[in-house]
Amino acid sequence: MSDFETVIGLEVHAQLATRTKIFSGALVSFGDEPNTNVTPLCLGLPGTLPVLNRQVVELSMRMGLAVGCTIQTRSRFLRKNYFYPDLPKGYQISQYQSNNEMPLATGGGIEVVTADGGTRFIRLVRIHMEEDAGKSIHDEPFVPPGESMVDYNRTGVPLIEIVSEPDIRTPEEASQFVNRLREILVYTGVSEGDMEKGHVRIDANVSIRPVGSEELGVKVEVKNMNSVRNCQRALEVEIDRQIDVVNSGREIIQQTMLFDPVREDVRPMRTKEASDDYRYFPDPDLVPIVVDQPWIDRVQSQIPELPAAKRERFESDLNLSQDQADVLTADRQTADYFEAVIAVGVEPATAANWVQGDVLRTLNEAKIEIDQLRATPAQLAALIHLIDNGTISANVARKVFAEMASTGDDPSDIVERQGLVQISDESALETTVDELIAAHPDEFARLKEGDKKLQGFFMGQIMKATKGQANPKIASQLLAQKAQ
Amino acid sequence: MGESNELNARSAHELLPLILKGEITALVVCEAVLSAIDAQDAEVNAYITVDKEGALAQADSVDKRLANGEDVGPLAGIPVALKDLICTQGLLTTCGSNILPDFVPPYDATVTQRLRHAGAVIPGKLNMDEFAMGSSNENSARGPVRNPHATDRVAGGSSGGSAAAVAANETVLALGSDTGGSIRQPASFCGVVGLKPTYGRVSRYGLVAYASSLDQIGPLGRNVTDTALLYDVIAGHDKSDATSADLAFEPTLPSINKGVEDFVVGVPTEYFAEGLDAEVRARVEQGIAALEAAGATTREVSLPVAGHPDYVIASYYVVATGEASSNLSRFDGVKYGLRVEGEDLGDTYCCTRSAGFGDEVKRRIMLGTYALSAGYYDAYYLKAQRVRTLIKQDFERVFEDCDVLAAPVAPTPAFRIGEKVDDPLQMYLSDIYTVAVNLAGIPGISVPCGASSEGLPIGLQLLAPPFEESRLFRAARVVESEGGSTT
Repeated sequence: MSDFETVIGLEVHAQLATRTKIFSGALVSFGDEPNTNVTPLCLGLPGTLPVLNRQVVELSMRMGLAVGCTIQTRSRFLRKNYFYPDLPKGYQISQYQSNNEMPLATGGGIEVVTADGGTRFIRLVRIHMEEDAGKSIHDEPFVPPGESMVDYNRTGVPLIEIVSEPDIRTPEEASQFVNRLREILVYTGVSEGDMEKGHVRIDANVSIRPVGSEELGVKVEVKNMNSVRNCQRALEVEIDRQIDVVNSGREIIQQTMLFDPVREDVRPMRTKEASDDYRYFPDPDLVPIVVDQPWIDRVQSQIPELPAAKRERFESDLNLSQDQADVLTADRQTADYFEAVIAVGVEPATAANWVQGDVLRTLNEAKIEIDQLRATPAQLAALIHLIDNGTISANVARKVFAEMASTGDDPSDIVERQGLVQISDESALETTVDELIAAHPDEFARLKEGDKKLQGFFMGQIMKATKGQANPKIASQLLAQKAQ
Repeated sequence: MGESNELNARSAHELLPLILKGEITALVVCEAVLSAIDAQDAEVNAYITVDKEGALAQADSVDKRLANGEDVGPLAGIPVALKDLICTQGLLTTCGSNILPDFVPPYDATVTQRLRHAGAVIPGKLNMDEFAMGSSNENSARGPVRNPHATDRVAGGSSGGSAAAVAANETVLALGSDTGGSIRQPASFCGVVGLKPTYGRVSRYGLVAYASSLDQIGPLGRNVTDTALLYDVIAGHDKSDATSADLAFEPTLPSINKGVEDFVVGVPTEYFAEGLDAEVRARVEQGIAALEAAGATTREVSLPVAGHPDYVIASYYVVATGEASSNLSRFDGVKYGLRVEGEDLGDTYCCTRSAGFGDEVKRRIMLGTYALSAGYYDAYYLKAQRVRTLIKQDFERVFEDCDVLAAPVAPTPAFRIGEKVDDPLQMYLSDIYTVAVNLAGIPGISVPCGASSEGLPIGLQLLAPPFEESRLFRAARVVESEGGSTT
């Protein structure tokens, strides 16, 4: 057992899902040819001026309100001054928090589940808006040795930085925190949240202290954790390192560490010679961001039900299992699809089975998103209705669904077209049963003697003979009568 | 300099009807301006770039459109030269600096677009103090501009090239920029009219920034009417500049001859205190008397903060240099302009900026960097912003009772080249009557009101509340016609 308590604060950068950049009309796009999504502003050309994209404020506010922040009705952009080739203006336009400066959103927080099954509320310091920098390119084949190149496509891509209080106590809580945040970002449409595309980036401040101590230890910043798994791993490694340092009688020094996901270790970043005086001051090219109450109210009213609340409702109101609720709320589109199916009167448990089963399997196999699925929720509901009223069997229904998914046709059309209507007519089925008994006298004799295995044999034969269209309930009743 | 009967010496409002009626062509006007440049500019040094080919093509295009009966715009065929920090697509823009020896903007400033749309002809780009930092145009990498009235004298700064080119008939009109007096002071020194508009009235898009919260582009002309004509073309809201005022714009030209009978003219006592040259005082008072003679009421007013040199010069140099230190960070040798390779990245920045910037620019970057530094921000930048608020309130208070204020532009007429270069503080004091206007964001105009015994022009400064430029033109028209114009 460790004698130390870990204290973690996270800074999560999320890329906002806007069409264009924060201060220019250049497109936000990923993977394009370098330096193609740029305007003179993105290149820091002399004389250019920033003009704020209103959607950035709207999305940032939406995230703030979703996690309970207070929205500042008046805030400003400041310049953070430093020299680097990927920063074309020599300053980053950002927001700042100090005694006389408040960013767009402050306070709020989200809950995580602790190791003992309880919950912990992780408070947020703030959510502020800023522009992304460009990307330095060092080791691509087209870069001559010893040189660097810069891609300014990413310059000016809108970001929010979500800063937590040092309320996180374990790497597992940290990864939960990031997952919860990411889920909310995606649910609310604030960010696409694609970690592989760098939409969500995580930095951590970590320190340890003896259990029971209230004082904060010397904090170490850990960067370059580009996935939730890496975040958790990096924090575990860094905490182990800090405990080793203290246990061996040395002192932890304040520094910035880079996580190496391949070697799974942390290494000190080359320390910058320049000091960290960014000379923040209000950007005189921009006017204060003024947000009025009607705007705040409108954004608030547009926030959809958040995943945690949805999970809770699916479990308590719809009597779904925790697993089902988790699967169905994993993304908003799946949950919306499921709810659209039950909205037309399908039993939640039945709808959950279908969405969790055939729907998700179809998506996986076709490698498509649910909004690309050709079978609509109403069509799925109609299909389930066809089973309920005995028109088709559950087995046939699965084939029909596959057809619906690829063609987008109505289930009743497919059933009719392919002649899949279930045979529930007793006299028609009786002829089939009689023929099969005649064809298999030995087996029938054994069934009569009470060999229950033969029940399955005959049912199989009936289904084979009717191409699966026999109503199994009626067929088995008929068989039972004959065998008496 | 310049024969007054030549086309390049005529006023824009005289040339326009002649061009529109087809009595003269835009081409001959352009040629007249280009020959004046050829003949004189080796001495005056008002131009950094002369775009002979481009200008002739623009003039020719105006003539052709006129011949086809097309709409040619309110400045059809009128030469308007631009201070070399206003971006011109395809035409070199140097900011008077060695750090931008070869920057050709891929876009036009909003004012450039408006000029092109209005049918103006752009003969070239005008000399200036490097990045608009200076009061004498001696801080230009391309050498000082000489005052056309006395070539051993400075033309003023930082829009020295703009004022001198207009005065020397090397253009008909010009645009300059004014951050602390950079249009008004050279206009005064060169005997032309120069307007610094209300902050937010003219788009800054495409103006290479010195101090973003103070910079404004403004017109210079040889008379008030021409200046108003140009102002009406460049003023108005622009969505490319977030600080541009989103207000309806009423053209000023129709009202410039309305006189000042109903005006109360405030005369701030602080602007006539010690340090003001006696001849300047006499000519300025003469100009104020002309306003009275035209029916205006004058009244002494006090500007305890806005008129106090300690407050205005100090807060101006903190705010302006703070913003400049950040605005000029982009000149780092990475993307465009000069690059001097060093041993590593940091060294390359250092070598590039050491070689590229002149002394005054370096001085202001260092001052501004210091003023914004952690631990000093509150004492300097924040305090300067508080003083700025007081300056604004000072003006607001006096404008409750006055329509315009009248004051000198500069303490002295144009001084000798080299006279103040070694004394930056003395140089800074030449802005003593002009910087408060920028800090308050209000409009100001310099209009000639006579000359010194040595024949050096002297300007009268008129100030108005925000967006009341038309009052300035009305009062300046009176001074111009009643007082002595030197041109």
